[in-house]
Amino acid sequence: MKALSQRRRHPLAAIALLLMALLMVGAIYSAASSANQAQAQTESFSANDAEEGEKLFAANCASCHGLGASGSSAGPSLVGVGAASVDFQVGSGRMPLQMDGPQAQVKPVQFTEEQTRQLAAYVATLGAGPAIPDEEILDASEGDPANGGELFRVNCAMCHNAAAAGGALTRGKFAPSLEGSSEKHIYEAMVTGPQNMPVFNDANISPEDKRDVIAFLKTIEEQGSPGGADLGSLGPVSEGLFIWVAGLGVVIAFTVWLTSRSS
Amino acid sequence: MSSSSAINAYQPKTRVGRVTNFVDSRVGGSGMVKEFGRKIFPDHWTFMFGEVALYSFVILLISGTFLTFFFDPSMAETHYEGSYLPLRGVEMSVAYASSLDISFDVRGGLFMRQVHHWSALLFVAANAVHMLRVFFTGAFRRPRELNWVVGTSLLIMGLAAGFTGYSLPDDLLSGNGLRIIDGVVKSIPVVGTYISFFLFGGEFPGTAIIGRLYVLHILLIPAVILLLIGIHLFMVVIHKHTQYPGPGRTNTNVVGYPVGPVYAAKAGGFFFIVFGIIAAISAAFTINPIWNYGPYDPSPVSAGTQPDWYIGWVDGALRLMPGTLGPNFDFEFNIPFPWGVNTLSLNVLFPALVPAGIVFTLMLAWPWIESWVTKDKREHHLLDRPRNAPTRTGVGVAGVVFYCTMWAAASSDLIATHFLVSLNDVTYWLRILVVVGPIIGFMIARRVALALQRKDREIALHGRETGRIVRLPHGEFIEVHEPVDDYKRYQLVSFESPEAYAPVADANGHVSRSEKLRSRASRFFFEDRVAPVTPSELHASHAGHHGEIADAQDRESIASH
Repeated sequence: MKALSQRRRHPLAAIALLLMALLMVGAIYSAASSANQAQAQTESFSANDAEEGEKLFAANCASCHGLGASGSSAGPSLVGVGAASVDFQVGSGRMPLQMDGPQAQVKPVQFTEEQTRQLAAYVATLGAGPAIPDEEILDASEGDPANGGELFRVNCAMCHNAAAAGGALTRGKFAPSLEGSSEKHIYEAMVTGPQNMPVFNDANISPEDKRDVIAFLKTIEEQGSPGGADLGSLGPVSEGLFIWVAGLGVVIAFTVWLTSRSS
Repeated sequence: MSSSSAINAYQPKTRVGRVTNFVDSRVGGSGMVKEFGRKIFPDHWTFMFGEVALYSFVILLISGTFLTFFFDPSMAETHYEGSYLPLRGVEMSVAYASSLDISFDVRGGLFMRQVHHWSALLFVAANAVHMLRVFFTGAFRRPRELNWVVGTSLLIMGLAAGFTGYSLPDDLLSGNGLRIIDGVVKSIPVVGTYISFFLFGGEFPGTAIIGRLYVLHILLIPAVILLLIGIHLFMVVIHKHTQYPGPGRTNTNVVGYPVGPVYAAKAGGFFFIVFGIIAAISAAFTINPIWNYGPYDPSPVSAGTQPDWYIGWVDGALRLMPGTLGPNFDFEFNIPFPWGVNTLSLNVLFPALVPAGIVFTLMLAWPWIESWVTKDKREHHLLDRPRNAPTRTGVGVAGVVFYCTMWAAASSDLIATHFLVSLNDVTYWLRILVVVGPIIGFMIARRVALALQRKDREIALHGRETGRIVRLPHGEFIEVHEPVDDYKRYQLVSFESPEAYAPVADANGHVSRSEKLRSRASRFFFEDRVAPVTPSELHASHAGHHGEIADAQDRESIASH
């Protein structure tokens, strides 16, 4: 201790201190960010899966994402995006991309479940990333829809609409309606942030809270609309359109009938 | 007994007679029935929108009373314990919790809420259509200018009633609406922040606003609306109803059916029809699903947040206003006053107040603007067909386009998602349209009106084109025109078509500047005109063509033999 205090005015002391501080910050950061990383692969892929996936990737994806998924001018690198990202993009029919545009459109799914699994396995070997979630964390019946609703309104509703009916973003991009989305895809979208969506990692919204959000979405989807036809759940615009077209239309039909002369 | 028979010698024989006589001898009911029962109303479907608005208002009063039994306008915090699962245990205001209770735990409550909200939308829509009818047919002219002002005030009060009601449930959507109002109020220079703090009882949202809006919504605004409706209908009785021109209809008569019994039955039945339509809609279609929006919290804003349709145009104007112009000009000015620097934020103040100010000022002033230009101070009880007043029709269409563009801008996000276009492009196009659209709308509407007048003139002079082509013996082909009957022709030829006039000098031979301005306005109004058919023109063409057609028909019949 004494040796240390004697050297505290050494010309290199400041540099040594700075180095130590940087090392400490770096260590804390890497510890914190690894806590945010998705957990280890829960679904075990065999080496064979990854091999088959690589072939599928070379045949179907490499023209944009590049050989070895290292990216090209037409598509981003997929190193480190994780199996969850592949499962979401390919499994929901967004990839392979139908056409260039502001964002990927949903279309009929192009690969079988087996092939999707193989592609995911291959991309997962390229670098650590979010894994495909466990079944138990997707079980909506275990979740608390009221807590999920609050989380949804604070984190999701500004783009996806309070009733998850979707909404517009800038320059032709959009947040899609979540009706009919599977529990797995909702979870994967939260951890990978597809298209223009931000990533909600486990430090931001814990896996249990994510399950609550899924429980909320499934509850409002299953209960239907308590007040009758929901007119798309789009808010006052569809209500105004309805009263002007249907409401006033019927009223006008009656006024014409009431003032017509009997012949 | 003897004294009563001395006053009223009439002794009814039936029980009904005795009851009615009792009433009549005390309040003079027969005089009223005599006066109102003989009131004549002309029959036309476009005359019934005012009635629709009135009936919607009655339904609003009935359903609103039901809602007040269960609504609690308190902003105290509570935890929801009702039967709607996705919100159970969530912290919210008592106002929102009681709105949820009305929706899910009061028998018939959701239906009544939907009746109240749908009839509010129909009330303002019927008001708007009624005013458009009055404007385009010129029913605002003397002696009805003041009633036009009363009607416009009713529309404004309707907007106020709607907006205060929209805010009451204290859900996320209504809170977002209030936040916009708060922002607009605060953008008023100098006094804005004070007004906002007085209104909300402190910084937004505070704990007072729902109670205050509730008092306005259920007490003050409905009372003012009722008063205005009373004045409005009283003036309708005094002025008598207008009618469309036609044979036998003049400025001094009203052709139609009396209130008793025909109109009383029709109007009474129509109330139940309107009620039935609203009830059917309310039973089958959701409106304002407050349970989707969640309790108000100043931080989140949901996608698809819009006001009800009648406030939409102001929201649209706010959306269209650019935040900045170029990289540096941001519409914000810091003005140094003796007491400090105040901010003038035109990118909020301008779109929130100026378009609405223009529309309502022009609406209120239009009867006087038009009579100043036309120098027409006569009473008008016969309506114009819109085509016979081309400039007025053009101005009306320009106003409708201006309004509708801003209205569309309030749904720019839904236009973008549903037609797969860019939200930014929608905004750019609507910005252009809100300036250029009214001008194009004016020109097209006026041209269409003039073209329709020409068509009318053609039909009056030459009859209807039948599409039958006849070949005359010398080889000429003619199309047979069928003359219209006298009733139809009367409608086509009997209208006024003022001409533009030159400025008139006063007694000193001086032409004042306002007279020059008026003459220029008159030229703008009436320079392009289609003269109505004169009797001599009609006679000439009738004689000429009649022979031709008769000739052709003769030949046809000869040929067919």
